[in-house]
Amino acid sequence: MNTLAWVGRKVGGALVVLWLVASAIFIAIRLIPGDPAEAIMGGPGSQASAQALAAARAEYALDQPVITQYLLYLGKLATFDFGTSYSLKQPVTQVMGEVLPNTLWLSLMALAAAWLLALCFSALAMRAGRIGSQVGNLLEIIAAAVPHFWLGAVLIMLFSSALGWLPAVDNGTGHGLVLPILTLALPLAGFLTQLMRDSLSEAMGSQFALAARARGESRLKLFWRHGLRHAALPALSLTGWAFSSLLSGAVVVEAIFARPGLGRSLLSAVLARDIPMVTGIALFSALVYIVVMAISEGIERMINPAGESR
Amino acid sequence: MSRTAKICCLLVIGLWLLMALAPSVLAPGDPLAINPTQAFAKPGLAHFFGTDESGRDIYTRVIHGAGDSLAIGLAATALGMGLAIVLGTIAALSPRWLDEIILRILEALYAIPSLLMALLIIAFTGPGVGPAIVAVGLSTAPGYARLVRSQIRSLKNSEMLEAATVLGRGTWRKSRNHLIPNALKPLLALVTLGIGQAVIWAAALSFLGLGTPPPAPEWGAMLSAGRTYLHLAWWMSLFPGLAIVAVAVSATLIGRALGGKVKSL
Repeated sequence: MNTLAWVGRKVGGALVVLWLVASAIFIAIRLIPGDPAEAIMGGPGSQASAQALAAARAEYALDQPVITQYLLYLGKLATFDFGTSYSLKQPVTQVMGEVLPNTLWLSLMALAAAWLLALCFSALAMRAGRIGSQVGNLLEIIAAAVPHFWLGAVLIMLFSSALGWLPAVDNGTGHGLVLPILTLALPLAGFLTQLMRDSLSEAMGSQFALAARARGESRLKLFWRHGLRHAALPALSLTGWAFSSLLSGAVVVEAIFARPGLGRSLLSAVLARDIPMVTGIALFSALVYIVVMAISEGIERMINPAGESR
Repeated sequence: MSRTAKICCLLVIGLWLLMALAPSVLAPGDPLAINPTQAFAKPGLAHFFGTDESGRDIYTRVIHGAGDSLAIGLAATALGMGLAIVLGTIAALSPRWLDEIILRILEALYAIPSLLMALLIIAFTGPGVGPAIVAVGLSTAPGYARLVRSQIRSLKNSEMLEAATVLGRGTWRKSRNHLIPNALKPLLALVTLGIGQAVIWAAALSFLGLGTPPPAPEWGAMLSAGRTYLHLAWWMSLFPGLAIVAVAVSATLIGRALGGKVKSL
């Protein structure tokens, strides 16, 4: 398959997925018993004013037939108009634009840190003896199993309360980013190391590794030049998934470390049952997932030309 | 699986079951009993894991919390798996166009990270234990469904199925007797891992204030309460979290042991 056709296929697939997510949300709003205008404004408990309800009815064209409502809704989403967040009284896109850089930056740093840690762990695991690798194996399992919301608390207790090295809440110096990044990165690093370990030991035991050793290459060079290339592939193909899982991690981490961001906005929107805001963030994260998946698949195609025929 | 591994797995499962079904054997106290004079007591002989802001014993609460946390995890996994079996089986057995549609829907569901999907569902239903179970169950279903589908598709062309077709068995009977049981066996390891994950997701929702409300002795809710006193009383956050990690790690280890067994079959 040539590159242009591949890109076309990806874009088409992405549009279908986004359309399905949007439709599911549209149906869900109508499935809630009672007035859909009230559902959009936060459910019966929100006690929205008659004026606000009328505004919502007008904005979502609720007096029109359902099919018209649906088409209008899709048309608005297609132009990135997610409506107005009623709890913040601001356009959803504006709120998202304000907090997005924080979350994006946090997630990218966490992804980079996770890869760095995973590489170090794999290099260490390669050198470790039998007992060492058993211990490493268990540590990876624990790292991958630790929930973000607890790890964040433990890191704060350790580095902020007990040792006083790092602030729990960002004070603008950048030190405040270290604990949130570690909280997101450690479980991911454990997961990536687990993935890389099998293919790494396979690569290091292969004929070409033996040949390279016979040529006199050091184990470290062998690890960098040959082992890593093999080991990174399965981990790389999951990086897209990992990135989107960082987005859900961000919900928890931003809550613990009191950082403004997409995750925290989503949580307060869910608590307020602010449907336009929730819809916007959900669709956006689906879009991010699809784009990142496509990118990681593209990188995989570059690293591994054999995969092109797939 | 070696004999020792089998015994270890059974012991671990037995311990969790004991905690969930008969917590009073291990912790005879009342998990809800408050005692303000004993508030924020450090871990010691009187209170193994210390006490919280109302003087409730954390050890008792962690033990009694096992029931709720595990039940929510099990219920959510059962819901997710049940849905996955229905969707996966339909997709695998139906004509190409329907299979394609179901696959697209699963892909769309898969595109939203589990916790975000759970939050999305709770935005519509409002918070609570029931919604948390539904949210976690639904958000895990797409992943399972894709696996069930590929399992059944690979079984569809097996000789066993051919024999059943020759004998004139109907689709329903073939699915019930051959396809579903054989497709599920390899999934057993995955379900074990999934229960660990579901316990974590459910605790995450409680931690965010969207699942089990306080003062119920649920691990996530306990962590949520402990967050306020992080600098003052580390034990309030440490021990419930350790319990969650212990469940997740034992689920992973048992799942791996089962995975090895399935492979050797």
